[in-house]
Amino acid sequence: MPTLHRLDTQEGLDHRIDHVRGVVPAPVRPAPRRLGAVLGAVAVATVLLLWLGLDLHLGLAVTGAFLLYLALTYVGFRVAAGARVATDRLMRGLLYGAFVVALLPLCSLLWTVVTLGGARVVNPDFLLQTMNGVTGLHDQATQQQGQLFIGGAYHAIVGTLLITGAATLISVPVGLLTAIYLVEYAGRSRLAHVIRFFVDVMTGIPSIVAGLFAFALWAVVFGIGTKDGMAGAVALSVLMIPTVVRNSEEMLRIVPNELREASLALGVPKWRTIVRVVLPTAASGLASGVTLAIARVIGETAPLLVAVGYARALNTNLLEGPMNTLAVYAYYMFTKPLSPAYRDPSIERAWAAALLLVLVVVALNLSARLIARFFAPTKR
Amino acid sequence: MSMTSDRGARPGRRRTVRRPGDITFHGAALASGLTILAILAGVAIFLVVEAAPVLTADPEELTAGGFGRYVLPLIAGTVIASVIAMVVATPVAVGIALFISHYAHRRVGTSVGFVVDLLAAVPSVVFGMWGWQVLAPRMVPLYRWLEANLGFIPVFGSASSTGRTLMTASLVLAVMILPIITSVSREVFLQTPRLHEEAALALGATKWEMIRTAVLPFGMPGVIGGTMLGLGRALGETMAVAIILSPGVFTWVLIDSGNSTIPAEIALNFPEASGLRLSELIGAGLVLFLITLAVNLLARWVVARRADFSGAN
Amino acid sequence: MSKRIDINDLNIYYGSFHAVKDVSMVIEPKSVTAFIGPSGCGKSTFLRTLNRMHEVVPGGRVEGDVLMDGRNLYSRDVDPVDVRREVGMVFQRPNPFPTMSIKENVLAGLRLNSKRMSSSTADELCERALRGANLWSEVKDRLDRPGSGLSGGQQQRLCIARAIAVQPEVILMDEPCSALDPISTLAVEDLIHELKSDYTVVIVTHNMQQAARVSDRTGFFNLEATGKPGHLVEMDDTQRIFNNPGKKATEDYISGRFG
Repeated sequence: MPTLHRLDTQEGLDHRIDHVRGVVPAPVRPAPRRLGAVLGAVAVATVLLLWLGLDLHLGLAVTGAFLLYLALTYVGFRVAAGARVATDRLMRGLLYGAFVVALLPLCSLLWTVVTLGGARVVNPDFLLQTMNGVTGLHDQATQQQGQLFIGGAYHAIVGTLLITGAATLISVPVGLLTAIYLVEYAGRSRLAHVIRFFVDVMTGIPSIVAGLFAFALWAVVFGIGTKDGMAGAVALSVLMIPTVVRNSEEMLRIVPNELREASLALGVPKWRTIVRVVLPTAASGLASGVTLAIARVIGETAPLLVAVGYARALNTNLLEGPMNTLAVYAYYMFTKPLSPAYRDPSIERAWAAALLLVLVVVALNLSARLIARFFAPTKR
Repeated sequence: MSMTSDRGARPGRRRTVRRPGDITFHGAALASGLTILAILAGVAIFLVVEAAPVLTADPEELTAGGFGRYVLPLIAGTVIASVIAMVVATPVAVGIALFISHYAHRRVGTSVGFVVDLLAAVPSVVFGMWGWQVLAPRMVPLYRWLEANLGFIPVFGSASSTGRTLMTASLVLAVMILPIITSVSREVFLQTPRLHEEAALALGATKWEMIRTAVLPFGMPGVIGGTMLGLGRALGETMAVAIILSPGVFTWVLIDSGNSTIPAEIALNFPEASGLRLSELIGAGLVLFLITLAVNLLARWVVARRADFSGAN
Repeated sequence: MSKRIDINDLNIYYGSFHAVKDVSMVIEPKSVTAFIGPSGCGKSTFLRTLNRMHEVVPGGRVEGDVLMDGRNLYSRDVDPVDVRREVGMVFQRPNPFPTMSIKENVLAGLRLNSKRMSSSTADELCERALRGANLWSEVKDRLDRPGSGLSGGQQQRLCIARAIAVQPEVILMDEPCSALDPISTLAVEDLIHELKSDYTVVIVTHNMQQAARVSDRTGFFNLEATGKPGHLVEMDDTQRIFNNPGKKATEDYISGRFG
């Protein structure tokens, strides 16, 4: 091939891609190592100058310094290393910025919940008292004259546990059996496609619509306006079942087929194979999935507001009358304080309930992870 | 492929003996699957049944002199808030997803992923309280500035003095849907074929060029799908809006009180409602259900379509 | 504890795909029968029809008769679960149950069917099965450890112990050594030799030397082209198949001209 020989000559070099007309060579030069550090230092200095020196709002100072940093980075690297590196650096700065932007609200939120709710949560009275008989006058006395703080969330804690527990008892059998049907029996049948599709649809049901469904169902069956804990459990199940199905399906699917075959080949009927081999092998994943599903619904407010109502006293009967739950309790205390003029005690109760909820949810998430990690069947 | 010659006269699957245990268990599993279909049908049917009186009622008896006139401004408020949330959250979410999948050290990435998951787990009522107490007051100076300098644009026409506006609610919604978009995007970014990435790097691409040429095109349908899932969540989100927003009639001004969303409207009015008002709220819920259904189906469709041309299967 | 198997005109399908065509053969009791042939010729699929494991695969379908001591395994009133209790199977990759200990793995066939037994019976059964699988001396001190902690060869012998603990008449082995190192392979081959004094053993293998070493009779499967069904070319005493095969295709395959 003559072209190969010509590559050695000056003429042949024209065939290099950056010598072809229309292709713009964009050489990359090594950037000085310290450039990044210098720019970072400039940014920090800007924050301090704007914040302490010019007494600017801290948030604005940080934002301004970050923008300055981005601009300097782009210009600096463009001069030192070329446009391509400059873009690369700029995007890197933006991505790290996105990460910080996401952390800010979470940190602020956790800080707020802990500082505003912490004091009340550690008080056993709050955990053991209900709101039965507590009125705005008590709150006024507490806020004005420093009288003993009364009124807690005991009834709401019990209500949360009962309603979420009932929802779990409904959702887990239905969800797990559906997952078993999808993975072990239905395969790629049309019915399986239909069920998967509607599980997807169900995942997207807004929580308040689930509450309206339970309310409407109860209205038709028990008469309009019937509100009780069971209605709440049904509403939560509507939200919980799709999560349980999806998580369980995934977990059952990763059980190696070899184990099913090994069991079947030993003359074990299919249903026993599923119950005694497939489910135990997937157990940790299934438990973790259920825990996550519980964590998803335990903080729900809207459906319970609609379907269960609001109670001030302890009610442990799921089938009779309104109950209270932590989320609804927090909502009512926050938006409808007992005494509109003396809001502080109510707001404090709201934040304490919020902190309790956050703690429960975080604990559930962590335990889901731990279950998945430590109880997984040992491989080798 | 050799086809059976006797397709028509196929001797048929031999009927096998089935044990009672197998029949029962199979039946129970199938029944559960059908229960799910029944529940969904139930959601639609019972909502329609309870909302039906609105359609037959005299328009004069309804809140705004007609269901359409009642629900349209609410739909507008819902959609505006959700779209703002989506527009704000998506770039940040994609950034975090890229940070986790391609920039952070693996261990850092995992813990960031966990933190984002935690954000998803925080109950919405807590977000609402945080938005009311922390974010809203801090937004007031910004709203004042917007009114003073950009007040000629209708959406910044007048500023709230409490910060309890649709804009604040939208920002909180953005924080709430961030984890959804992030996790879907992270999944697809991590699935980018390594070969594509290495091919880009081997051609001398910088990291960002590699992401732009290999990762983003591959992940784009997933990102769009995740964004729409986030939109679906924002549309149905109740408590954050119900707590933060100081609701009112529909207005184009986003930084003052006013407007409402369907879920917030239901949550705020349901406990005291009765009779026709109850039906009206349930009817609004039905409308919300249909809107989220449409958005979610669209999202699923986009995500599912990805599998067809991603080349990763 | 061993039975003779007669197979008449067996056709095997995956959905509409015809996988194996018109197989008829006799498998003698208390002997080792080996199936050899190129990949995709349907020998493993055929093996799985002998304990009705083929129909576990979605779309799997079988026509024809498999008679075990005269009883048709595919007749209408036969429960596949019962068939599998009589015909044990060992798979290509060792697959002990990861949630169970070594002992529980051995007794799995009985325990999963909720057979009640005293702990002394269980111990005795477990020991007998493990001895039968030449594994007892290696694991007797750690019967309560997870089965997945053993080496590949030990795991495979554990799977064999698990299969013989249900006291089957026939043991099917689907390339039992293909995932094992040479030493483990030797141990399993020795075991196969011993098993034939009690059981009818049928083994599918990719390895012709292995077929020559362990089997009494050998069947050669082949397929005309990809996508065409596999079929049995010939079946004879192992000595004859390897030294003086009756068909040209067999000779070509054995002498390494294809496959």
